[in-house]
Amino acid sequence: MVELLQGNEACVKGALAAGCRFYAGYPITPSSEIAEMMAVELPKRGGVFIQMEDEIGSIAAVIGASLAGARAMTATSGPGISLMAENIGFAIMAEIPCVIVDVQRVGPSTGHATKPSQGDVMMARWGTHGDHRVVVLSPSSVSDMFWLTFKAFRFAEMLRTPVILLSDEIIGHMRTDVELPDEVEEEIPELEDVPSFHPFGGGKRYHVTGLVHDETGFPTNDGEIIEKQLKRLIRKIERHRDKITIVERLNVEDADVVILAYGCVVRSAIRAMYLAREEGIKCGVVDVKTLWPFPYEVVESEFKLIVPEMNSGLIADDLRKVRNDVISITKMNGEIIYPHEILEIIRRVSN
Amino acid sequence: MRIRDYFRRLPHIWCPGCGNGTIINAMLRAIDEVGLKKDEIVAVSGIGCFGRATGYLDFYTLHTTHGRALAFATGIKLMKPEMKVFVLMGDGDAAAIGGNHLIHAARRDIDLIAIVANNSIYGMTGGQVSPTTPEMAKTTTTPEGCKERPFDLCELVLAAGGSYVARWTTYHVRQLQNSIKEALEHPGFSFIEVFSQCPVQFGRRNKKDHIQMLREFKEKSSLEGGGDKIKIGVFRR
Amino acid sequence: MKYEIILSGKGGQGLILAGIILAEAAAIYEGLHVVQTQSYGPEARGGASKSEVIISDEPIDFPKVTSADIVVALSQEACDIYAKMVKRGGILILDEDEVQKVPEIEGRIYRIPFIRMAVEEIGKAIVTNIVTLGSLIGLTEILSPESVIKAIENRTPKGTEEINRKAFELGFKAAKGLA
Repeated sequence: MVELLQGNEACVKGALAAGCRFYAGYPITPSSEIAEMMAVELPKRGGVFIQMEDEIGSIAAVIGASLAGARAMTATSGPGISLMAENIGFAIMAEIPCVIVDVQRVGPSTGHATKPSQGDVMMARWGTHGDHRVVVLSPSSVSDMFWLTFKAFRFAEMLRTPVILLSDEIIGHMRTDVELPDEVEEEIPELEDVPSFHPFGGGKRYHVTGLVHDETGFPTNDGEIIEKQLKRLIRKIERHRDKITIVERLNVEDADVVILAYGCVVRSAIRAMYLAREEGIKCGVVDVKTLWPFPYEVVESEFKLIVPEMNSGLIADDLRKVRNDVISITKMNGEIIYPHEILEIIRRVSN
Repeated sequence: MRIRDYFRRLPHIWCPGCGNGTIINAMLRAIDEVGLKKDEIVAVSGIGCFGRATGYLDFYTLHTTHGRALAFATGIKLMKPEMKVFVLMGDGDAAAIGGNHLIHAARRDIDLIAIVANNSIYGMTGGQVSPTTPEMAKTTTTPEGCKERPFDLCELVLAAGGSYVARWTTYHVRQLQNSIKEALEHPGFSFIEVFSQCPVQFGRRNKKDHIQMLREFKEKSSLEGGGDKIKIGVFRR
Repeated sequence: MKYEIILSGKGGQGLILAGIILAEAAAIYEGLHVVQTQSYGPEARGGASKSEVIISDEPIDFPKVTSADIVVALSQEACDIYAKMVKRGGILILDEDEVQKVPEIEGRIYRIPFIRMAVEEIGKAIVTNIVTLGSLIGLTEILSPESVIKAIENRTPKGTEEINRKAFELGFKAAKGLA
């Protein structure tokens, strides 16, 4: 059935299809529709919604609920994810699966609540202290909001780690016609380096802590064990990259110029690509949906590479460790990058 | 069951003379008297000396981030309403960094059993001032004596709507044990504050040993309160 | 076919909802592809508000209006900002009372007192957006009135069907008188 759905609504549907039964959150624009819809939908399914006193409490309750065996999530925007940062690290350290949605708005601090940006890409990656890896997915359409939220729950469970769905105000608030399933069946594989998960109350009593701990869950002072465990937390994400990498390529096969984009800017890139093709320029688009760990292999080719972003060029900068000829387009005024802004650069580099 | 059968792992890291063991002892005796099974109990703690308690106990145990134990416990309780959820916090944990969660857990009157070991000091980090440090007490961050007023946590929780509120000291072990038993049977937010001694970080700087501190708990506490007395008792049930 | 539409005015005039209704009418009842986006300030009432709708029989890549077929402006501020988005040969629809300074464009301009009509003839300023939708459809015929009325019923509270239908027809007829 075709529906008119907002990105944030599709996110809720994706979570429910993945079996989400717990939501804790705190109101913040532009993510609040997710909480509002969860407050309506979860009780109908025997799930629980709670509005907590702040974002720190929200992520804490989500981790608690996950530990109690529920698929659990929260949603927020920049200021909220800053507050959640410490407990995201807890979920990484204690290996508790959960999903955190960040619908990005522009600027540090309060910034501008209703204007989009992609300024949190490094916050999502490195937001919590200590050396770690995190899985971050970036939707570029309303239907992505459904499917990537669904995947976020799968990846979180598969890897026993928090997964961040990094959306933005445009994709979160945009409405389009979509056709989505209510339920999706998908097996969750058991993976090497990922310990099996035993929810509280299931008969296996054990200790969970954010301290570095040994395999029994008990804190350790042993440097050898500390390093072994921290390296495993990184390795369990790195070695299974092939199972979590989602990239869409459009007209890349014959392309001389490729626009690499993520989130709402993918939409600008696709239009710019078609406009360029009309002018005879062989242009393609790579839509990177798994932003972290970044699939660097997608840029290892002969084409010229343009990376438009609604930030100061954060991903372009990161890509320079793989190739030094990245052409960065940046925009930080709270507006989407328009196709003609990309087209201009495509024309320039293809001459 | 023997009390030691409730421990999964010992020895603990607490100093000789510390009040934490007394509180845990009272908690375990209450659990034993009520006849709860280990599988029916979750214990959640924050950061600090008392937070380490969960690691030693043979329940489902969760040692969270500093100040957030009540919020983690809220998520667990909502998904496992049939389980008894203890939340073990220190005064820094519950009253400073986690003060907002304490207010809101009390306001929601969520069925958790919160036990605060209030030793008036940050013990684990080396004896800094806490929100419950008495006026003029010496700490490493108030070398001239504490100039702020201490928090009355029971009054705070009463005002916020907690439905079982009690205060005892580590001298009042029987009363404490009874309160924990009552809390286990109480269907709302139970808050039990326990004045406890930290001889190493508080006592040493304020010229008291653990025996003197316990004696003070005995002599300077009363059900009526007033003057320099610590008001003890069950304030709401 | 592809239409790019901007509905603009002040917060509280219901223009974001009007955009959603247009999008729903096109997507659900006419089987077209749509994208609806919005931009607004932090105020729930007052401040500038804009809803953008793109309707097409082909999938839509870029979600924002780049050259508008239709711009509706219910405030002078909105008109000053968005009138220039109307493409050559496009349509600018203005609230006759709110917009006194009418810009010059290379297209058609219609002026209808939407707010006054809503207040005087329906008795409720809240239906201004529905009156406006009626006129928009009457003037442009981009969607069938039936589709839009069904979408209005989906997206507005139960018990308001009658008043909304009246508001829509009021706007529709006013437009037919001009067109």
